[in-house]
Amino acid sequence: MMNEGSPIAAVATDGDKIRCDACPVMCYIKPGASGACDRYANDAGTLVRVDPHVVLQRTVSQGGAVVPFQKSGEWDGKLVSGRDVMVTAIGAGTTYPDYKPAPFIVSSEIDGVDMVTVVTEGIFSYCGVKVKIDTDRFLGPETATVRAEGEAIGHVTTGEYGSQMLSLGGVHHLTGGSKKEGRVTCDALMDLCNGKAVELTIDGGASVVVQAGQPPIVNGVPEVRMRVGCGSATIGMFAKQWQGKVDEVVVVDDHITGVLSEHQAGKLLDIPETGIKMKGRRSTPGRYFQVAEPGTGWGGTQISDPLTVLGPFNPKVAKPGTRMLMVSTTGEHSAYFELDESLQPVEKPLPDTLQQSVERIQENCEPALCTVLFMGGAGGSLRAGVTDNPVRLTRSVKDSLTSVTSGGAPVYVWPGGGITFMVDVTQMPVGAFGYVPTPALVAPIEFTLRLSDYAALGGHMDYVRPLSSLTSDTEVRNAPVVLKKDKPQ
Amino acid sequence: MMRRPQIALLPDGRRLHLQDGPIDLVIEACGDRAEVEIAYAAAAESFTGLLDRLCGELPELRRRAAARLPSLKGVVARRMHAAVAPFADTHFITPMAAVAGAVAEEVLGAMTRAATLARAYVNNGGDIALHLSLGEKFIVGLVAHVEPPTLAGKTVIDADSVVRGVATSGRHGRSFSLGIADAVTVLARTASQADAAATMIANAVDLPDHSGIVRVPACEIQPDNDLGERLVTRDVAPLTCDEVTMALEAGAVYARELLARGLIEGAALCLQGEMQIVAPSHLRAFDMSHSRAILAPTGNLIDA
Repeated sequence: MMNEGSPIAAVATDGDKIRCDACPVMCYIKPGASGACDRYANDAGTLVRVDPHVVLQRTVSQGGAVVPFQKSGEWDGKLVSGRDVMVTAIGAGTTYPDYKPAPFIVSSEIDGVDMVTVVTEGIFSYCGVKVKIDTDRFLGPETATVRAEGEAIGHVTTGEYGSQMLSLGGVHHLTGGSKKEGRVTCDALMDLCNGKAVELTIDGGASVVVQAGQPPIVNGVPEVRMRVGCGSATIGMFAKQWQGKVDEVVVVDDHITGVLSEHQAGKLLDIPETGIKMKGRRSTPGRYFQVAEPGTGWGGTQISDPLTVLGPFNPKVAKPGTRMLMVSTTGEHSAYFELDESLQPVEKPLPDTLQQSVERIQENCEPALCTVLFMGGAGGSLRAGVTDNPVRLTRSVKDSLTSVTSGGAPVYVWPGGGITFMVDVTQMPVGAFGYVPTPALVAPIEFTLRLSDYAALGGHMDYVRPLSSLTSDTEVRNAPVVLKKDKPQ
Repeated sequence: MMRRPQIALLPDGRRLHLQDGPIDLVIEACGDRAEVEIAYAAAAESFTGLLDRLCGELPELRRRAAARLPSLKGVVARRMHAAVAPFADTHFITPMAAVAGAVAEEVLGAMTRAATLARAYVNNGGDIALHLSLGEKFIVGLVAHVEPPTLAGKTVIDADSVVRGVATSGRHGRSFSLGIADAVTVLARTASQADAAATMIANAVDLPDHSGIVRVPACEIQPDNDLGERLVTRDVAPLTCDEVTMALEAGAVYARELLARGLIEGAALCLQGEMQIVAPSHLRAFDMSHSRAILAPTGNLIDA
């Protein structure tokens, strides 16, 4: 939701005056007054951001749009225009508190239906990013603190299939900690959302460079593949291809290590016992948990020598000459062994036929990527910029009458109260995110609905402008997704 | 880590916007594309940390200036002082009266030192530093009303002119005015000189003891304002034609004095829809016909 009052952490008070620390001028501000910048004000003892983008709004009033950038300035959006022009909120400017109508309320004729798009740039101090990192490598224990520049900006959350999830930002880190923590969190979130690489360190775990749409770099090593399945699943998928070419296969996995001869898939193919003895805890036949400690070696374990997950072969069952393939879940690591006369595995060159099966595993692994989803909630005051009656906008979104987009990209709106949404930042135009020193992120948000529905929910009809009034001087960029306006997302 | 200012390109892809604390700069450089990029990088670099250095000397910058050399150290701080010093013997003025113009000059200087540009401007909320190479010119628009901004006239500044600074002051801007002018636009050799002079001329556009003018001690609005207990204008009732003329003439008298002393090159004074021009006969007259122009963030218009 929007920051309700957005208190800045360290504000000294002096009687009824407060001292703003948003910039080094450090103005004393009296109640009801603003500082030298006209951006921060004293609202009954609380420092609030009054009007973050005075200049931007005036630019916008001339039909412009503004996109923040950081020095390198990736501003190469092409000029296009067409019938289904999606007006995004990027650079629409924002007002705080948002009881003023949103900076743009645009109407456009689409498929004979007069549509309204209300665009604004929301200031989100209740916001964060969810990061999905495709890797089997151990990044850190669940709930461990994730840091940028040494400051806590989030934590490790659940592991998903072949991926590790991080939850970064949120109001606790943005405004609940030290000033530096808030600033570093804000910088990291904005960089991640704008598609830049950010180096994160995890307490008791790895360092990882995260960049939306790019492979993660774990402890300096770029991740290449996301595993096709756990060790057990890999046995199931490839058992038939191994039959007759090898006597035993161990797919080493930090989660579930699979053993061909014991696995259900091996039994069905009548693969004989090999006398193999696995370390770790047996779950069901051919499936082992905890064969090693988690790490960045084979299959997300810490090992570099795969034999360390094996005990001695059972002399009553094992035969000299037994052929064994050991492979990691991504096929990144593999080794081939044969048992000698004393039933010790001896490493030999990988036969071509098995090399092919290892390559098949690799081939079935998708490229490992980092995915960054921005998540934020449109608070009551932002909603009030759209309509006189904010809750009606919420209901309209829930009833699918109003489509919500962020920078023109489709969003997932959470069921339940409020308008809390998630959006894939790679679907949004470059440089869509900005920040205010609150600290909070400025993100675009658009609401699209039928003009008649807009009127019905108490929209600011007086402020509706035809699309043609924007196109002459407005930067228009290709939306990454063509939205079907009559089917709200 | 150094605090980073906000750095953004405006939508035309040509103009650069820099913001830090109360400072907003809109910048445009024209010339070879590579040179423009160098200039913008230099602008961003010179702007980073500039506010912190100024704030390091803020207490002294907020004190009444004396004509003698100050103990100020910063380049921008000293430029501010130099710009207000010619007024200091006879009037209350602090170096803060020239802060906007001095910052604009500093950033423009960094750009022109780093790159070869045909022309460039740094617009700091209506206080503008200009760079013109041979044969180039700027058309500067004048705004009589700030809200909503309306164009009342324009003037041409070409490379042959000595004018490299334009500033606007009045009671509607962010800073306070002791006078009642809606806007006083000054052309001067430098932006900091123009800034200081615009402040002083705007103060002089006044009707002392007029009952329709609401004045409040500056410190009651902003406790740490450099004007302290001095009464600043908060509201002006509609004035009669004669009153407007009288107030404008008071400002114009002072502007002519500054013109004679070589402190300004021209001025346009606006009050309640009326405008009075003070300019030497050799300066091209302000053209009062409307022109197509691009809105700068506050006060002035520049047709680029």
